Amino acid sequence: MNLDSINWILLLASLMVASTPILLAAIGELVVERAGVLNLGVEGMMITGAICGFAISVETQSATLGFIAAAIAGAAISMLFGLLTQYLLSNQVATGLALTLFGLGFSALIGQGYIGIKGLSAPNIHIPVISDIPIIGPVLFQHDLMVYVSILLIAATWATLKYTRAGLILRAVGENHEAAHALGYKVIRIRLTAIAFGGACAGLGGAYLSIVRVPQWTEGLTAGAGWIALALVVFASWKPWRVLIGAYIFGGLTVLQLNLQAAGFKIPVEYLSMSPYLITILVLVVMSSGRSRAALNAPAELGRSFHASS
Amino acid sequence: MTDLLSVQGLTKAYPGVVANDDVSFSIAPGEIHALLGENGAGKSTLVKMVYGLVKPDTGKMELFGKPFAPPEPRSARAAGVAMVFQHFSLFEALTVAENVGLGMENPPPLGQLSREIREVSHAYGLPLDPRRLVGDLSAGERQRVEIVRCLLQDPKLLIMDEPTSVLTPQEVEILFATLNKLKAEGTSILYISHKLEEIRALCDGATILRRGKVVASCDPRENSAAELAELMVGEALQVPDRAPGETGKVVLTVAGLTSEHVDTFGTKLQNIGFEVRAGEVLGIGGVAGNGQDELLSALSGETIGSPETVRFRGKPVGHLPPNARRRLGMLSAPEERLGHAAAPDMSLVENAILSGWQRQKLTSGGGFLRWGAARSFAEEIIAAFDVRTPGAHVAARALSGGNLQKFVIGREMLQRPDLLIVNQPTWGVDASAAAAIRQALLDLASAGAAVVVISQDLDELMEVSDRFAALNAGHLSAPKPARGLSMEQIGLMLGGAHDMDVANPDEAHHIIETYEEGHP
Repeated sequence: MNLDSINWILLLASLMVASTPILLAAIGELVVERAGVLNLGVEGMMITGAICGFAISVETQSATLGFIAAAIAGAAISMLFGLLTQYLLSNQVATGLALTLFGLGFSALIGQGYIGIKGLSAPNIHIPVISDIPIIGPVLFQHDLMVYVSILLIAATWATLKYTRAGLILRAVGENHEAAHALGYKVIRIRLTAIAFGGACAGLGGAYLSIVRVPQWTEGLTAGAGWIALALVVFASWKPWRVLIGAYIFGGLTVLQLNLQAAGFKIPVEYLSMSPYLITILVLVVMSSGRSRAALNAPAELGRSFHASS
Repeated sequence: MTDLLSVQGLTKAYPGVVANDDVSFSIAPGEIHALLGENGAGKSTLVKMVYGLVKPDTGKMELFGKPFAPPEPRSARAAGVAMVFQHFSLFEALTVAENVGLGMENPPPLGQLSREIREVSHAYGLPLDPRRLVGDLSAGERQRVEIVRCLLQDPKLLIMDEPTSVLTPQEVEILFATLNKLKAEGTSILYISHKLEEIRALCDGATILRRGKVVASCDPRENSAAELAELMVGEALQVPDRAPGETGKVVLTVAGLTSEHVDTFGTKLQNIGFEVRAGEVLGIGGVAGNGQDELLSALSGETIGSPETVRFRGKPVGHLPPNARRRLGMLSAPEERLGHAAAPDMSLVENAILSGWQRQKLTSGGGFLRWGAARSFAEEIIAAFDVRTPGAHVAARALSGGNLQKFVIGREMLQRPDLLIVNQPTWGVDASAAAAIRQALLDLASAGAAVVVISQDLDELMEVSDRFAALNAGHLSAPKPARGLSMEQIGLMLGGAHDMDVANPDEAHHIIETYEEGHP
């Protein structure tokens, strides 16, 4: 084994790229869950976004159009979930699982003609001066635009939830939908909006995998990233900045274990592959342990259907 | 003078039931108008129509002489109608200021809103800290949040749905002072209640509803409480009575009961101790959220602690789970009917088995169900307690609250308990069924069982209890003989007004005095 063969600057630089897909999916799911809806279909929405984004970017030769298409596709498939759970009052857990299975099959079907095609290479931005700072430059400031969009999205979500009336209403709906209804807020409409936002974010996350990270299409491309995003939201106590930390821990571990594999670390590859999942969850469990529900911040109506009875 | 609100011929039908049938009444400016009726008489549906939550099938409303048909609460609020709900529409995980802001159309920035909340709440003798989480507030304080939320919108008509059911007598006094102050300022109040003495003390006019219809309109101050009750129920009420009996040996001894773990917004029991003797009814009063649920679950065995904290006939049982306690003769019925006392989607027979399988031998030795025995036990309960249901095969969910409550209480009583613990035995039950349940509790005590009644209804406790104790913030006061206790003494046992330091009865008196001086 030779640790010297690992380029640490390159490792840190690829950390942000590796984290971005789950970061995007997780921030979307955070908003959905804050509105009191549990959508377990993140994986399905991600992979649908991944194939739609990849297909459109290949056909149009434009990464931007690819991402837009992915967001629309993710939101569209999430509306299937929204229709079933909000209007037809189906069980959210079962519907979410079904959405995942549907997304996996559906993406495989669309993706038939795209297997083996190479995607575009998304250009990395280059800001004069700060991108050229040694170490910090390559680690932080030489990525593609979506990395920064994802961080902006975290900041925007945090600020919206904390400081705006729209965010307050969203939290109120997730906290007590009966009361919100009694005050005259449109619970179902607000939840549908949140679900669509979550779908769009998951679609972007999936497209980031297929357009930037990999960049090509294979069946089952997301490989459980959606589930990690779901776990991340819970263990981050539904707080945006903690989602960022959790995602970067996961991304960092993923990159590290790949590098360790390459360096010939004397541990079976399977253990290394599972380590990011295990360690991320372990860290997040420790972070969120020993606190009561209020501190944990769980939306009180999470996963409960709302029906305006009278 | 034109009426502030006039309602003409409102009708609203739900599948299988007419909630309001041709209801008409009117409220003058500055009037406190009572809407009186039993549970299920249609009071809530009626005010929901005024507040725009429910659309009437037929009929019309006028506000200040102009047609008024709010499609949603937003427009009702814009027209000057505000409402304080019976079940608070508050968000526990949000702060007071955020809760208030959510109920307003165009709330000012949070800082300014907090200042306004402080000002208004002090002006009306209802102090509130805008930064506190609502989940940490007492029931009385939560109600203040609702009221302040309404007051900030400067309402012309304030609807209050059963506002005093969660308050101590002292808090009720403060509330009445506030309402009188509002009235003096010209605000009309539509006051919903089934508590007759309150209405006689507070209201200028009353409309009495029974089964969705207006049965009378009167001036409550000119009628006796008994007359109002008869109008409301449609028949003369029987007050439960009992043959005075001898009390026997100590059945239940609780000592040093302190809860170790509680839910986030739960209450921790603090060193609770009391005794109950055979043939005695101990009433435990308290405002909701002062440890009632925790006490019941410690006595029933849902939460277990060290053996010595609870003794049954001298035997330590504090460590035993519910089934073991049931086997010994300690039975209990919790407050929440659907989901706690009964499984909503299971039939009455199955629900009878769930609680009675040991004492009624509803299962065989091999663990098989004895359906025949279970069915006859369920039918016995239905017959003995006059449970109105098509049959024992019906799901618990399908029964009305009062009928299910009779079933749940009856199920425990027919198992011949030596000790029965009930929490809120008549919550949401109509007056005649409530009287029947109270009578059954008294009969059980006369037959030699020990009974513990936990309730928020003080009138009920005074009716059934031999001794009375109060729960306040997890502490239990020393039990006192119930006969001869005055409401004021009881109020002080309940902890008086919560947060006495800021909102004390003197302040309430002061408000009343200033109001009377200003308006001789």
